[in-house]
Amino acid sequence: MSVPNEYMNVEMQPPFYKQLNIVDWIFAILLIAGSIFAFQKYSGLMDGYEVGILFGTAISLIAIGWVWKPMRALMFYIAVLSLFAINLYGNDLAAAENNFFLKFLFSGQSATMWMSALFVMATVAYFVELFSGNAFTGKVATAMTWAATAMGFIGLLVRWRETYLHGIDVGHIPVSNLYEVFILFAIITALIYLYYEKKYETRSMGAFVLLVITAAIAFLLWYHFERDAAEIKPLVPALQSYWMKIHVPANFVGYGAFALAAMIGVAYLIKDVAVKRNPQGRVAARLPSLDMMDDVMHKSIALGFAFFTIATVLGAMWAAEAWGGYWSWDPKETWALIVWLNYAAWLHMRLMKGLRGPVLAWWAVIGLFVTLFAFVGVNMFLSGLHSYGEL
Amino acid sequence: MNKPNKKHSRLDIILEFFGSMNLAITILVAIAFASVIGTVLQQNQPYNDYIIKFGPFWHEVFQTLGLYNIYGALWFLALLIFLVLSTSVCIYRNTPIMLRDMQQFRLNVKEKSLRLMSNTQSWTTEKKAEEVEKIIQHFLKLKGFRTRIKDHEDHRVIAGMKGRWNRSGYIFTHVGIIVLCIGSFLDGGFGLTIKEWTGQIIPETRDIRADKVPKISRLKPQDSISFRGSISLPEGGSSNIVFLNVRDGYLVQELPFAIELKDFRVEHYTSGMPKSFESDLIIHDDQLDEPLEQTISVNHPLIYRGYALYQASFGDGGSNLTLRAWPFHSQKLQTLDIDIAVKENRSLNTLFGKYRLEVDDFKMFNIFPNTEEEKAVTGKRFKNFGPSFTFKVRDASGVANEYHNYMLPVTQDKRRFYLSGMRSTVAEPFRYLHIPADNKDSLDRFMAFHALLHDPIRAKRIAQDSVKAAMSDVNKTDKKLQDDVVNSMMNLLTLFNQGGYSAIERDIKNKVPKDKQVDVAQAYVKILQNLLQNTYIALLKQEGVETEKDVSDFDNQFYEDAISAFAGIGAYGSPVYLQLADFKHRESSGIQITRHPGQNIFYLGCLMLIIGIFMMFYISYQRIWLILKPENGQLMITFAGSGNRNQRDFAVEFEQLKSHAVKITS
Repeated sequence: MSVPNEYMNVEMQPPFYKQLNIVDWIFAILLIAGSIFAFQKYSGLMDGYEVGILFGTAISLIAIGWVWKPMRALMFYIAVLSLFAINLYGNDLAAAENNFFLKFLFSGQSATMWMSALFVMATVAYFVELFSGNAFTGKVATAMTWAATAMGFIGLLVRWRETYLHGIDVGHIPVSNLYEVFILFAIITALIYLYYEKKYETRSMGAFVLLVITAAIAFLLWYHFERDAAEIKPLVPALQSYWMKIHVPANFVGYGAFALAAMIGVAYLIKDVAVKRNPQGRVAARLPSLDMMDDVMHKSIALGFAFFTIATVLGAMWAAEAWGGYWSWDPKETWALIVWLNYAAWLHMRLMKGLRGPVLAWWAVIGLFVTLFAFVGVNMFLSGLHSYGEL
Repeated sequence: MNKPNKKHSRLDIILEFFGSMNLAITILVAIAFASVIGTVLQQNQPYNDYIIKFGPFWHEVFQTLGLYNIYGALWFLALLIFLVLSTSVCIYRNTPIMLRDMQQFRLNVKEKSLRLMSNTQSWTTEKKAEEVEKIIQHFLKLKGFRTRIKDHEDHRVIAGMKGRWNRSGYIFTHVGIIVLCIGSFLDGGFGLTIKEWTGQIIPETRDIRADKVPKISRLKPQDSISFRGSISLPEGGSSNIVFLNVRDGYLVQELPFAIELKDFRVEHYTSGMPKSFESDLIIHDDQLDEPLEQTISVNHPLIYRGYALYQASFGDGGSNLTLRAWPFHSQKLQTLDIDIAVKENRSLNTLFGKYRLEVDDFKMFNIFPNTEEEKAVTGKRFKNFGPSFTFKVRDASGVANEYHNYMLPVTQDKRRFYLSGMRSTVAEPFRYLHIPADNKDSLDRFMAFHALLHDPIRAKRIAQDSVKAAMSDVNKTDKKLQDDVVNSMMNLLTLFNQGGYSAIERDIKNKVPKDKQVDVAQAYVKILQNLLQNTYIALLKQEGVETEKDVSDFDNQFYEDAISAFAGIGAYGSPVYLQLADFKHRESSGIQITRHPGQNIFYLGCLMLIIGIFMMFYISYQRIWLILKPENGQLMITFAGSGNRNQRDFAVEFEQLKSHAVKITS
């Protein structure tokens, strides 16, 4: 006896692959075609692992684009504009000074400047939206955050090409020093935020998250103008490895997610106090519910923890190839462990002991300082093997 | 069903203690704190450094606490063991629960308890129980639930479960932690710590040859499970041992094979930064039919028989240097060629007694960043000063100065200088003597000038000639006056030869009344300069330069620079200038050798941990129940569900499930 079909067609969701539309498939085909093109053109410069990383990245990006649709458009614009800029360069690095588009828009440094400006403006817009509740300002803030993210990615991708224009043996993925990873930090944090903004349909956390991005931008600009950090330098032998391409980005998903969780923690604490003082007040009304922020904080830390674990393990595997052992208690390794232990304890308290509320929010905020020390402090104050981003 | 009031056994209490979440969190935090100390307090430094830093009292305290090698301290090991124990107990206690969660559908659930859940709903339908059951079962299957049905006296329970792998995530992460701890314990070198504790081995602290190290400080290949050591091999050298650093001493670890360094190479970027370090190794092993040749470089180690060989550092492997010794403070222009290798020393007989020459290092390249101006001229960001060597000259009493000499003249302000740096203690920077190179880019003219000034007979003759030429006709007959001036000229020269202008200044300060010092100094300088200039002219004549015409700018400048250099020789401290005439470069490669048999176990643990984390965070575990109960001719449906991971998300999902269920069953 079969089940009558009319019962079943009530808004049942078809399986995932049936939900994909033509745009999804074009997007996937373009990505695959792009990676095959890159493979054909540059396979001479890649070893087996790097070819694996190339196609692995393509597949991951397809998955991300399919699950989170706006990413398809973002990737499309980034690809078109980066290729446009790279094409303008030709084989001449001096084009950065002579060509209008490169000089003012899309050279590695110009794009990074645009990213910085857009992030700062987005922060202001998010604050205006937070205080005024003006929906249009909120939309502008979101748009600027997307644009800043795109510019950050364009900056890094064009810079990647620029490293090769400095010399074929100088070329490397631009995640090798503090300047480059700060760009990475800003755009990854922004992306994670944009995902939650859409998912939870609220913009009132934006001001807080963008604040930490603005802090990163402030550092980036200081580093650029005071220390000439944007200069492209060749890689020291220890960094010449395919591991860098996966270890560093994985780490920054972790750092970005932890930073986001901490800023939500700040918002949570403000709301918590505001609700107790004046439940009908503006602050209490404008900020999202405690319940929801608790949820975002937890999800973000879980995401960060998962990726930070992967990054640390990848780091250990790299250390086993470069430093003579997967664990040497080097300050960077040790601080990675401290960060890991900290969030492991946080997750245990929440998941196993069922802890909720301001304590966890405070803990997430403190976690940011621990993370910050592992990220920047170790390089500034402690000497060790991992001294690649010195101030 | 009452359980008998059983008394807690001792085992229960122990399990309770080790399995408690509070203990686990405490251990996590304690390990984190200990780790912080280990990064703030630099580990494994020489004890003397610590004594200077903290004073003897705190040094003693810190040493006793094992703070200088925290990660090898027994209490730290104990913390890790506690972590493993605590995690093991958690696994022991929770695994059955997790497995039950994965298998059991809780078909005996009561209607009352369903109504108490936060996600619950009841409704009635005209449909028959069998029909509803089929529809619901099919619906839940489509939604990814596995279902079970059980009939009770007056009702029927349908139970569904989804995402049960979430529960195994718990097992994966925690077992993963234990596996990776076991792997790292194997590699932690605790075997050596225990051997040292029981007195089976004692680290060697003397700086002696490896083959002289006594047995108590030697380890056979099978003696250590894991180790990390290093060896410096000169090109052409080989070794079947490696040194393990143990606090302020070392152990000699024997290898079951020998490593030979065939060649070591450093490649540079055009900017001068090092691009790669590579060692061509040859492994000699009885197990091999023929020696194994393999090149290692940074990031590309050689793994052989469970031993990993890494490119770690490099240095001089005893380059052969030919040094040309030019005597200072001597009229003789005789040089001595010395053949010596880096790290060797030999005696040096000089006019001023016996010295010891110790050659410390040789460097093929000396790369420095260019200034902005130099960048504009050369277009390069770095400049290379070429080969240099460092050495010490030790006098009979054992006091030594350290020197750093470049082989080739270095261009500064468009002039060329032989640079020789000198310092008395390691703490101070080198102060450089700038010896001007002559028109053949050699030291010859400077050294000839120097020798001439130290030749009492020839210098005196020049002094006499200059005095004669300078004196007016009236005074020319005054032999006494002439001799006086010549004598004072020679005295000044002697002073100058000893210590440059500052020696003359000191002399004036001692002998001349204060009010006349300036006048006298001016007169002295005039007299001395007259002599120096005439000596220089004599030297140029000797070289064949036509001095009657104008002296060239170069020769003028050379004179100025030579005089400045002479002034510095007094404080130079060495009776000879050692010129690097020739060298045969021999490099050495620092190779790190490790044995980590636990590595793959560690990786397995990491993999389990990562898989487990993703299972726990990204598989949502959900249960739902429906109780179908006939009531007054209708069918009463009670629907409830629970999700373990995220209440918020589940509440939304439950709402959808419920509204679907209501629609299809009504």
